[in-house]
Amino acid sequence: MKRSLRILFFSVLVLSIAAYSAFSAEVLRMATTTSTDNTGLLDYLAPEFLKDTGIELQWVSVGTGKALELGKNLDVDVLLVHAPEVEKQYVQDGFGVNRRQVMYNDFIIIGPPSDPAKIKGKTVKEAFISIATKGAPFASRGDKSGTHVLELDLWERFGYGQPEKENWYIQTGQGMLDTINIAAEKVGYTLTDRGTFIKYEDNYKGNPPLVILVEGDEALFNQYSVIAVNPVRGDHLRYDLALKFSDWMRSDKVQKMIGEFSLLGKPLFVPNAK
Amino acid sequence: MHYLSDGFKAAFTILLSGQEETFNAIFTTLKVSTFSILLTLAAGIPLGFILGYYSFPGKHACRAISDTLMAIPTVVVGLLIYAFISRSGPFGGLGLLFTLRGVAIGQFFLGLPVVVSLTASATEQMEDSTRLTLMTLGASPGQLAASSLWEGRYAVVAAAMTAYSRIISEVGVSMMIGGNIKWRTRTITTAIALETGKGQFAEGIALGIVLLSIAFIVNGAVSVARKRAAS
Repeated sequence: MKRSLRILFFSVLVLSIAAYSAFSAEVLRMATTTSTDNTGLLDYLAPEFLKDTGIELQWVSVGTGKALELGKNLDVDVLLVHAPEVEKQYVQDGFGVNRRQVMYNDFIIIGPPSDPAKIKGKTVKEAFISIATKGAPFASRGDKSGTHVLELDLWERFGYGQPEKENWYIQTGQGMLDTINIAAEKVGYTLTDRGTFIKYEDNYKGNPPLVILVEGDEALFNQYSVIAVNPVRGDHLRYDLALKFSDWMRSDKVQKMIGEFSLLGKPLFVPNAK
Repeated sequence: MHYLSDGFKAAFTILLSGQEETFNAIFTTLKVSTFSILLTLAAGIPLGFILGYYSFPGKHACRAISDTLMAIPTVVVGLLIYAFISRSGPFGGLGLLFTLRGVAIGQFFLGLPVVVSLTASATEQMEDSTRLTLMTLGASPGQLAASSLWEGRYAVVAAAMTAYSRIISEVGVSMMIGGNIKWRTRTITTAIALETGKGQFAEGIALGIVLLSIAFIVNGAVSVARKRAAS
């Protein structure tokens, strides 16, 4: 009895180990931002990529800061991220190569329909200054995500620095949707990507507590790029597959697919490969 | 509030419609948690027994450390393991990051202190009179140890169940080490985090119900087995 139990135990152990090492197709590992995953864009593109190239795309979706860190630690082969200034520095520091623009979407400033800081229809600059001078609640991601980096950059550009300790400035340290919910609870403003907002709007069946107040300003365009992790830094990196993915993303066919991708009937990304 | 009722409805639709994605996450959860708990028990029961049964210098310190580690945040375990198995870490060459094996290692460290501490408590609680009786009957030290473990078997099973609960419900390690990769390392808990992030709260609740059902079935099976063994 004891013996058979022991045999059973070890066979389960061996079987489980064997089950883990079963698959070994060509796999490209990518770190990307939550926006590309949560909107379903990658679920839409990955099967097509597999069909065209025979490469299985596996992605982890994290904040841009963590995505870049994963690349720096050589844990992924390629990045699809959206923080141009940080990316340029990243390439300059030798962590990434072949940075290529593939598409953009845009950010919007949302807030309560009552609009206490009177920002509706203004430029981003006017809106930010008005929020700051009136001290209207503003929810910030505070997590080094692409959205957060852009927001900090905007404050900087408008001469405020980061309003770190102001009473009205709420750093959530959470994802975009959580941050929107916090802004709604505080009857305040926040900066969000359009995709997350479309989802948010849909959750409220088209009658959300926060609405779009500022949009279409060029300062709010959100450029996505593909960056290959520098192959010099690790022998195991699949640079060849990373380049294939980069080329594929910029092909006419895929660019058209990206343009046609929509969320709840609203287009999200504008292809602009160069 | 409507998330809750929607969640229950969604749970049934998801399970009945046999959504492949969901079943894959359920299967992955079962696979990795089973593997983790077996590893944890294989190492934890002997260690816990030694800690509870024998006296040695530093015993109390070991016990205090193990007790404290029961409260270690799962994200911290995830970060520590990441530091070791990242390509830039000492064990990077093994390619464990973003695999279920990596997740199992993390979960092993989560469950280990639970099994060690609770097994040690169980062993300590064996009555001295029993021990004396056995000794007077001429039991060898080995027999004595074995009978102590046998005496505490129910408590050890309870330790295993507690560790399993911690393992199956954790999200920190699965997210950090597994990476929530669809079809590969997505577990029920990381799927819940993803659905919540997407704002699909009902789906999140539905998956939560699935997880609880699994825990319920496992607990039920163990308690039935225990009753059978006792009668």
